[in-house]
Amino acid sequence: MKDMLPQVEPLIPALRRYARALVRNRATADDLVQDCLERAVSRWQQRRDGDVRAWLFAILHNLAVDLFRKTAARGRHVTIDETSEGDFGEAAAQEHRLMYQDALNKLARLPEEQRVVLLLVAVEDLSYADAAKVLNVPIGTVMSRLSRARERLQQEIEGVTEAPENVVPIRSAK
Amino acid sequence: MNHRPITEDDLHAYVDRVLEPERQAEVAGYLGDHPDVAKRVAAFTDQRDLLRAALAPIAEEPLPPELNLSRIIENRARRPSVARWAMAAMLLLSIGGLGGWAVRGALQASPEGLVALAQEATASYNVYAPDRVRPVEVRASDSAQLVQWVSDRLHRPVKVPDLAASGYRLMGGRLVATEHGPAAMFMYDDDHGSRLVVLTRPMSSADQNAPMKSQSHGDVGGIAWADDGVGYSLVGHAAPESLRPIANEVRRQARAI
Repeated sequence: MKDMLPQVEPLIPALRRYARALVRNRATADDLVQDCLERAVSRWQQRRDGDVRAWLFAILHNLAVDLFRKTAARGRHVTIDETSEGDFGEAAAQEHRLMYQDALNKLARLPEEQRVVLLLVAVEDLSYADAAKVLNVPIGTVMSRLSRARERLQQEIEGVTEAPENVVPIRSAK
Repeated sequence: MNHRPITEDDLHAYVDRVLEPERQAEVAGYLGDHPDVAKRVAAFTDQRDLLRAALAPIAEEPLPPELNLSRIIENRARRPSVARWAMAAMLLLSIGGLGGWAVRGALQASPEGLVALAQEATASYNVYAPDRVRPVEVRASDSAQLVQWVSDRLHRPVKVPDLAASGYRLMGGRLVATEHGPAAMFMYDDDHGSRLVVLTRPMSSADQNAPMKSQSHGDVGGIAWADDGVGYSLVGHAAPESLRPIANEVRRQARAI
């Protein structure tokens, strides 16, 4: 277990970032990460060789999918934190914050399967092969989802307002 | 060299900076000739930068106590499990058979391959980079002598990477001792005084050829790889991803020998 700490601890901030980007609620995201770490501790000895980072993201991702399924089944949704913490005193910082918030809102309008690929690859720096392992899909599927995610997000950014019928915009529960 | 056609996958890999340097250059050339595609690729790159910037603050927040890994491990250790009993039994058996020191050796086997190299480079960085008196033994002004010395000791021609394009100047180098024999260490600094270390040595057996692998210990990040039996590790006070372009450059130059 001694070897686990130096390998896993530096990855916790990235796991939090991924969880928060997915569920957009600090408390729920941190619960997921905690759950993920507990599972990782109990399964550390049985883990197969390979990238620890991809292994951890796979555990976290599966927990998040379970959570989505449960909340969808109960017909509830997680409250979205609209404000992120930090010192946003200055006007410039405030403007940045709004721009970032806007980007994340647009990201949230992507279908989940596209959003997760974009987050794993473009933000968390997983290789395409590792992302395929995390999502348990062929690498070609990762590439096509990534491509659609980027096109779709670009449409959102450029303000193309053709709302596809299969997507329900996520709203704040406030 | 045959020019493979540029695919949609190549464009994404270009945005994600995961192409080999040669391919990256080919795609860049293609984009130069196709402004429409270049515009789309630039938009995807902007998206990537925006998402990363928007989400970066989350990773910088202090960890809440519930996410303290040492604590999670400890909590679990208090609950005995079948696996733990089995391990204890195994340990007793092996102590009986081998004696304490042998067990200690077996359980703490020294790392091999890239893992070992990355640790050596990190250790060298931690010892020499903060040194204000004599961080290097042979200064850059005597680089010919440095090259001769490390090439003799490593029994192969060693070339000092030139990182000027990345803003880093060679300060000099030294020979460092590792469990796998001598290694050459080169140190660089930039205008802000931040230092980088490149450690290189022949690989003993494992990982004669290995793709780039990043590692980090606290604030110290690194990237290690091996080409044709020679290992390289670049270490600095930076996130591994920000060191990657420099590592690519070191690799490119080493391959050009």
